Amino acid sequence: MLEIDGISKHFGGLPALEEVSFRCREGMTTALIGPNGAGKSTLINCIAGTLNPDAGAIRFTGRRIDDLPCHRRPYLGIARTFQNLALFPRLTVLENVLAGLTPEAEQSFVKSLLRLPATRHRERLLRLKAMAMLDNFGLADKARWPASVLSYGDKKRVEMARALVAGPRLLLLDEPVAGLNGAETARIAMEIRRLHGAGLTILLVEHDMDLVMTVSDHVVVLDGGRLIAAGAPQEIRTNPRVIEAYLGRMSVTA
Amino acid sequence: MTPRDRIRYFFSSHRTGLSVCLLALFLLVYPAWVGNPYLLGISNLIAVYLIAVIGLNLFIGYAGQISLGHAAYLGLGAYGSALLTVHLGINPWLAMAATAVAVGLTAFLVAIPTLRLSGHYLAMATLGFNIVCYTVMMQWDRVTGGPSGLAGIPHLSLAGVAIDDETRFHYLAWGAAILVLTLGLNLARSSLGLALAAVAQNETAAASLGIQVHRAKIRIFVLSAVLASVAGSLFAHCYTFINPDSFTIFNSVELVTMVVIGGLGSIWGSLFGASLIILLPEFLHFFETFRDIIHGLIVVTVLILLPQGLVSGLKDLLRMRLLRKANNARN
Repeated sequence: MLEIDGISKHFGGLPALEEVSFRCREGMTTALIGPNGAGKSTLINCIAGTLNPDAGAIRFTGRRIDDLPCHRRPYLGIARTFQNLALFPRLTVLENVLAGLTPEAEQSFVKSLLRLPATRHRERLLRLKAMAMLDNFGLADKARWPASVLSYGDKKRVEMARALVAGPRLLLLDEPVAGLNGAETARIAMEIRRLHGAGLTILLVEHDMDLVMTVSDHVVVLDGGRLIAAGAPQEIRTNPRVIEAYLGRMSVTA
Repeated sequence: MTPRDRIRYFFSSHRTGLSVCLLALFLLVYPAWVGNPYLLGISNLIAVYLIAVIGLNLFIGYAGQISLGHAAYLGLGAYGSALLTVHLGINPWLAMAATAVAVGLTAFLVAIPTLRLSGHYLAMATLGFNIVCYTVMMQWDRVTGGPSGLAGIPHLSLAGVAIDDETRFHYLAWGAAILVLTLGLNLARSSLGLALAAVAQNETAAASLGIQVHRAKIRIFVLSAVLASVAGSLFAHCYTFINPDSFTIFNSVELVTMVVIGGLGSIWGSLFGASLIILLPEFLHFFETFRDIIHGLIVVTVLILLPQGLVSGLKDLLRMRLLRKANNARN
């Protein structure tokens, strides 16, 4: 479904990604792991279009997307969450989720100015859809709150709701449980498993190994911008190069 | 649903429309009530400024950008209308429409490079454009009349009746202002309004949700320039005389002051902001001399205490207090 083919990205002279290639198969949860600074977020940003890769190709359902502008990608069914929350703080929780329905919303300037009954009807339907998604995440009673006053865990879930509300085909999750406590992590893990069960293709960047090992079908390991291993979770756990990348570095810094 | 619920539901779902109707009704009888041409003149000026301020509020308050040069578009509208009618003898309505289109195109061309900027740089770029326009109005005296301005601009007329006194202009200006208010409220409540607010608060997240950030900014900038142009044309045809002093950077700051007082992103607040700034000198006579100082003080004070602007800021405070109360009551 998603093919990453020889992607490279440099910041100034520093390589962040060097010729990384792997695939995400349809309906599978692929985890992307690696030590800090391995290039995981850079790769997610390249797939989502926030950054443009310097070389290589990204294909989604057979179509090249690396030259598409960022705002076209949600229309193809690619949705993402951000590592450091990127909610709209002054909008309400409901409006944040509604923003995730942009591909289905009215785009015409003139029609928006006139607010004809058809437009109002369409907006009402989108509102219902957003409310239903909030209800899924147990946030319906906070729909009218400004996003800025929510707890960290609630904000993370609003981001998930915003990414999922348009019914994407590929979900990019950038550290969905970073900074969450055990109970909140379990809740997100359950949600990921539910989405996986529903057949959604997921690419997950995460440091929490318990989460990675329990929810993913396939694990890809980056270190220093290079792909060092890929395989089933059990294989990765015992792969000497992966252990070296994590533990080796630890023994140096410790 | 009981009949009472039904009535309550009707009012809550149509509160914006009903408020606009109420305001329109009030303005319909206002001339009969006051009848004093001087007072009508003041309220007419509020209407003209309101048209420009609503446009600017969509750009500053919703899209989160800054323009310190909107008086330039007001001036382009006024001079466009004036030159076409005085020099070429074109019908005022036609001149107004042609000017609005031309200003829209100009704003579009200005927006493509300048809206890549943000913050201070955008403020400087828009300020620069205002200074350029002002200099042209001052120096190109063979066409614009220079510092002494242009006189003899014809009044607008409707069905053979010249709109040449305060009462007639009241209906024209407030008719236009109510129309713009309605369009502004519609846009603000639409998905596009939401997209604009999203752009203002996080461009990266907005783009990743499918919002065309640069395009959204350009569209709203062009709309605000066109509205300023229409306001400028109305100004010219109302007073039949214009000079460059009405379109300086200080007038731009005045427009921003109106937006800030009304509150960033509050269309109704614009009505309050425009009214307050135009009415203040009537109450405080020393105000005229220290106008720019007082405007500056108002903007700085409001932005330090309530970054979202006076009316919206107070509204947000109240809303948060109510939410907290409701939350405490539940726990």
